[in-house]
Amino acid sequence: MMTLEPLKLEIEANVPGCRLEIIPNPSSSAQHSMLIDAEHAVAVATFLRGAPHHRFDYCSNVTGIDWPAPSKAKETGDALEEDVESAEAAATGYLEVVYHLYSMELKHGPVILRMRTQDRATRVHLPSLISIWRSVDFQEREVFDLFGVIFDGHPDLRRLLMWDEFTDFPMRRDYVEPDDYEYEPTAHDKVLLKTMQHQGGTA
Amino acid sequence: MSAIAEFPSAAHLTPSSDGDSQLLEVSMGPQHPSTHGVFRMDVVLDGETVVKLKPIFGYLHRNHEKIAEDETYLGSMPYTDRLDYFCSLTNNWAYALAVETLAGVQVPERAQYLRVITAELTRLQNHASLIGFLMQDMGASGTPLMYAFREREKILDLFEALTGARMMCNYMRFGGCRVDLPAGWLEQAKQVVAAFPRFLDQYESLLAGNEILMARTQGVGVLSRELAINAGITGPVLRACGVNYDLRKVDKYGIYDRFNFRIPLGDHGDVYDRYMIRVLEMRESIKILEQAMRDLPEGPITDPKTKVRNFRPKPGEAYGRIEAPKGELGFYLISDGTPNPYRYRVRPPSLINLTVLEDMCLGRNIADVVIILGSIDIVMGEVDR
Repeated sequence: MMTLEPLKLEIEANVPGCRLEIIPNPSSSAQHSMLIDAEHAVAVATFLRGAPHHRFDYCSNVTGIDWPAPSKAKETGDALEEDVESAEAAATGYLEVVYHLYSMELKHGPVILRMRTQDRATRVHLPSLISIWRSVDFQEREVFDLFGVIFDGHPDLRRLLMWDEFTDFPMRRDYVEPDDYEYEPTAHDKVLLKTMQHQGGTA
Repeated sequence: MSAIAEFPSAAHLTPSSDGDSQLLEVSMGPQHPSTHGVFRMDVVLDGETVVKLKPIFGYLHRNHEKIAEDETYLGSMPYTDRLDYFCSLTNNWAYALAVETLAGVQVPERAQYLRVITAELTRLQNHASLIGFLMQDMGASGTPLMYAFREREKILDLFEALTGARMMCNYMRFGGCRVDLPAGWLEQAKQVVAAFPRFLDQYESLLAGNEILMARTQGVGVLSRELAINAGITGPVLRACGVNYDLRKVDKYGIYDRFNFRIPLGDHGDVYDRYMIRVLEMRESIKILEQAMRDLPEGPITDPKTKVRNFRPKPGEAYGRIEAPKGELGFYLISDGTPNPYRYRVRPPSLINLTVLEDMCLGRNIADVVIILGSIDIVMGEVDR
């Protein structure tokens, strides 16, 4: 794992105006990542793919993460217990998209890029990197499907795994599953509780 | 330089209609026997020629990633078996590797060897059955597939003796493996591996020079090097295009740097190359297995310092990847210090390898679609998760 400081300086020199921030990773994997701003994301990605000593020609993994506010404070080790989320909570917090880049030509990596949306409600647009790497095609569709990030510039942004008529985003932390499925006849624990509520309080 | 300009997605293409032809939209699957599970393709045909092909996923979707967020780290281990249900042991390894990277867990020597042995056996049986399925798709009904399944069954017997299950092995643990080899297992495994080249020779003499096989696969479904890299294709499909990228050599995860083996490469990137690569990879896997079983040391199989109960990695994230039989299988984990992962992501090689399905099928006959799909090697449990 390379240290990101020189790479950050290099990108800043080559992509004028871009705002980068190194997100340290305190775990023993030490896979630090770089937060890039949405406006310059395509330019940064183009540079990383094209620069002859980087040649990040392979975007391996794309995924989303939901950070409801004030999620970062959760790193202390408490279980996430707040189930009640309001519209204000959706307006704060953000969705994050992570790209893992490798170079097949030079056989190095990963460099990890992150992008963040402005909130979790309406300002959830991020630029699609499909013009740089075709491999993000289905994966960005999946992030859109499950998290609700809208990738501008993606030519075919439809739901990937859920059906087209589905409206919610199941991978969000505050997703509540609809109470419309068949319950197993031998329900127990959490399922039993839900079955009882479903049947009107008695079971 | 834009990837869209270089590799235009087929969505923009319109058929070269001469006026009196009519386009026909066919839905292939999910019950179609050639679609390798509940998978559907919306295919638009001009006569018999494919002019558009859109894969439709999700029939097996159960949101594995969401379920894992409510589970402990170890609680997800049996669930990884169900991703690519042909290769549960490599799924286990990829997940264990990601958690070990996240938590900084060391794996003892003997467990490393056991992992290599079980993973390469998995690769053998996966490739053997894939070739059988490919033949099935070409209309060679039954015989080649049953030959492959006969060999696969011998390997599954080994898995059953070791882990208690033929397919849902649930064998790896963070910092090692669950159980040690039962008495006599190694001898039996050596016999199975020693007999495998004979099966391969037999199989190859049956198939490799077969005129029908060559006519239906050579020059079919050609994938260019550049597109393969750009579209994130991994595994045998990538190497059939001549790209030397095998994580066993690149990342040298586990102890793969100790073994002497080569990476077979194709040069046409067609279905025939993908078939041949798998045959050659099996021969290399046999080499690895022979070396690993020869050198297998005595010792503990788990790291005694790793907690089984109340396992809480420090906050942070990790991406761990291995060369699974189908391509790069990765797990991306975010820990917030609790016993459950905050985010758990599977990078499924089957799904991402399907990115280029349309590119490979355009302009081909509908009958070729079946073979091209078969040569990618997908398992819907992993595509849909």
